[in-house]
Amino acid sequence: MTFVAKPKVHHPNLPLNELGLTRRDYEGSVSTLCAGCGHDSVSAAIVQACAELSLPPHRFAKVSGIGCSSKTPSYFLNKSHGFNSVHGRMPSVMTGANLANRELLGIGVSGDGDSASIGLGQFAHIVRRRINMLYLVDNNGTYGLTKGQFSATNDKGSTSKKGAPNLYEPIDLVSMALQIGATFVARSFSGDKAQLVPLIKAALMHKGMAFIDVISPCVAFNNHNGSTKSYEFVREHTQELVNADLIMTHPEVTVDYAEGTREDVSMPDGSTLRLHKLDADYDAHDRVGALNYVQRSQEQGEVVTGLLYVDPDPLECHDIMGTVDQPLNELNEAQLCPGSVALDEINASYR
Amino acid sequence: MPIKYNDFVIRFANVNGSGSASANGMFAKALFRMGIPVATRNIFPSNIQGLPTWFEVRVNEQGYLGRREGVDIMVAMNAETLVEDVASVSPGGYLLYDNSKPLAKTLRRDDVNEIGIPIATMMLPEFADPKQRSLFKNITYLGALAGLLNIEFEVITGMVATQYKGKDALIAPNIRALEIGRDYALRYLQAPLPLQVRRSDAVGDRIMMDGNDAAGLGAVFGGATVCAWYPITPSTSVAESFENHANRLRVDKASGQKKFAIIQVEDELAAIGVVIGAAWNGSRAFTATSGPGISLMSEFLGLAYFAEIPAVVWDIQRSGPSTGMPTRTQQGDLIGAAYASHGDTKHPLLFPSTPKECFDFATVALDLADRAQTPILVMSDLELGMNDNLSEPLQWDDQARYDRGKVLDSEALQKSEVFGRYLDVDGDGIGYRTLPGTHPEKGAFFTRGTSRDEFAAYTESPEAYERNMQRLELKWQTIRGLVPAAEIDDQKRRVGVLFYGTTALPIPEALDLLHVDGIALDSCRVRAFPFGTEVEAFVQEHDLVFVVEQNRDAQMRTLLINELQTAPAKLVPVLYYAGLSISADTIHQQINEYFTANKLSRISEVQS
Repeated sequence: MTFVAKPKVHHPNLPLNELGLTRRDYEGSVSTLCAGCGHDSVSAAIVQACAELSLPPHRFAKVSGIGCSSKTPSYFLNKSHGFNSVHGRMPSVMTGANLANRELLGIGVSGDGDSASIGLGQFAHIVRRRINMLYLVDNNGTYGLTKGQFSATNDKGSTSKKGAPNLYEPIDLVSMALQIGATFVARSFSGDKAQLVPLIKAALMHKGMAFIDVISPCVAFNNHNGSTKSYEFVREHTQELVNADLIMTHPEVTVDYAEGTREDVSMPDGSTLRLHKLDADYDAHDRVGALNYVQRSQEQGEVVTGLLYVDPDPLECHDIMGTVDQPLNELNEAQLCPGSVALDEINASYR
Repeated sequence: MPIKYNDFVIRFANVNGSGSASANGMFAKALFRMGIPVATRNIFPSNIQGLPTWFEVRVNEQGYLGRREGVDIMVAMNAETLVEDVASVSPGGYLLYDNSKPLAKTLRRDDVNEIGIPIATMMLPEFADPKQRSLFKNITYLGALAGLLNIEFEVITGMVATQYKGKDALIAPNIRALEIGRDYALRYLQAPLPLQVRRSDAVGDRIMMDGNDAAGLGAVFGGATVCAWYPITPSTSVAESFENHANRLRVDKASGQKKFAIIQVEDELAAIGVVIGAAWNGSRAFTATSGPGISLMSEFLGLAYFAEIPAVVWDIQRSGPSTGMPTRTQQGDLIGAAYASHGDTKHPLLFPSTPKECFDFATVALDLADRAQTPILVMSDLELGMNDNLSEPLQWDDQARYDRGKVLDSEALQKSEVFGRYLDVDGDGIGYRTLPGTHPEKGAFFTRGTSRDEFAAYTESPEAYERNMQRLELKWQTIRGLVPAAEIDDQKRRVGVLFYGTTALPIPEALDLLHVDGIALDSCRVRAFPFGTEVEAFVQEHDLVFVVEQNRDAQMRTLLINELQTAPAKLVPVLYYAGLSISADTIHQQINEYFTANKLSRISEVQS
């Protein structure tokens, strides 16, 4: 945020991370969302993940579209620039931001209306371009700011607050992301911090297109009986599949998990992604298998959560394009302009 | 019959996709290399293969580059359009056709000289492959024209050698086809014709280039590092040019890595979104599109206006929606571009007239976008963008530095006590911006549309909104002094003519034609919107100003009335919008008729 210089006061007992910063250094302004909104839990999870990873809080580019979810980038990481852009168009703005400076960590926050309805095209295309970012959807199946219309992720038969059922098929962003090139795909629930925080950490360290669909109930318009995106429904129908834990090269961050099969995946930066598989047969590196699993569970009315797919050695857009390592926005005249001698030769070629 | 040199219009009627473009291009280039000014116009359908296409070359020693009515030589190679092609030849003109099949009696005109050449028949024994026979037909008529018009044969054969360098097997058959055509002309026809070419020095050091190519090259020199685009005729070649030139000029020699990013995105919404995201993050970025793309980009243009983010958009204008006429030139997007989007929005426009100006304006637009922190639209058109035309050579000043505008770096932020993104520190309506990731503690802000105060904090306060809108208006006034000034020829006459973009091409000829009729006009070539004070003065100081443009609704005239509070009666529209580029004859005729109808005094009368 734009600043007026003022003294900083810290609670003396807040723990410091490796940069000597506290959680407070990763927070944003006060949320204006409804009390109990799942989106605020997601913002808190982002704050916690970034603080625990000791990432410099000013080195993010936060981009969003329009909607309740898209307001949230001002509720975390105040020391980074944020951009509340155009409805459904976060992906294109993020693409540009990432092309200009590949070193910043991109966090794109969107909603189900923003990504699955008006922005479905942009969602699909940023995924296939494999921009290096965390693409996080706060998925509540409804339009909150315009007071409760169905969005495209709303399940067929799920009812509105007034009782009318949704007549149309839902779009599953997780399945789409798996199909068109995301190299990290996860689903979680805003009410499950233990699962969500490690997933966000793993996604931030993933050098590629990381997509997380977070079911995040709307307490105002989609938290009633008959809704399939209410706190109660999601808690009852969640099937946790693969929980993740990111272990940095040095001090291990341990989180308690239910017992299950473990698998360690080495990340390019030297850290380790530890997968806790609740179904021993599940293979989180099998993209097609993941797609089948998600679709089959959906047919049975189950919401699969956890890390569904990860490519440990992904290619991202800059690798594909072959751009220089230095951020493009830092290049100067000498690096960019061919100069008058080159132009004289060019003139000659047009004679 | 006296011989007329270097002054005619030749039109080639072909079938799209038949390989004629290459032969026709070589014809124009050969004359250019003989030092003769030429202007080319490609009139093409929304089609890849099969539909009619025309290529017109204006050859003019005096250097008139605009379109002229009438066709002196018609090279009629498309049976489907033969009727209209024959009809379009000026009396006394020439009709070159393939008489392997005789011309229907009904098509014959007493006032046109027929030149029949049995091209198809001659191809049969020469080339076994039917596809080759079809391709070399074009080269054969080029050879025949060399004989008929007295084009230096070595100039053409030299071009064949350059064009097929590395594909040597193609050189010999091409030259053979040229010789077949030339030899036939010299042996069986009255060659050369009384209408012919001769070497000249009228071209000088000028180059031959199309505007889109110059725009793409200009963006490389101007420091653009991000280009996002979606294919749409006639703009596509801007992005392609940028990529071609950048692949040569912007690759790190040691690593082979690219110092630019270009991305063909899913639609124009994404194209402008990428540009805005990149510019928000400090890259110089641009896109190229045409009218329908501007429509799609409108929402984003509004956001960029209010959020004050630089962006450069090339609008290569064309006519109408859908397909068909949209492959014809027009200046129809002025109002749509100037006021694109929701709410109180207005955007600076630049109007290039020549390939060199396309090259220059690429940098001017990037500088201006960074300086004014707002989208800049460069309004070219199909006529300028896609046709090879004469241009002054391109120039670059190695001492020039990019204007990155008011951007605070880490050091400046460290020193500053107070930073407000939308504070008008300098009194010019333009605040200081910061780029993401610059400083650990200072300078970060949240970018949004209108609901913010000077410190970028969220507010819906009526006063804050009004203050912001008034500052944006002050910025608009600042921009008036930053944009390229109009080119004005003011001899203190009472009547003037105002024009812009490609409408400038036929103006010198139109003014000369009017002069013969006793009409002398001051002239003003507008190069940008908002209008500078010089444009305001030009309009004020003349009793009457003809506004020449290529659209139905006199859009430039509307902008002048709207922005300068000019009395509408003072601005007389001179319009053409039928799909070709405006001709000197049209301008001459409309202005002359206005003078007659309104009994305006002519030079001789004023002087007497």
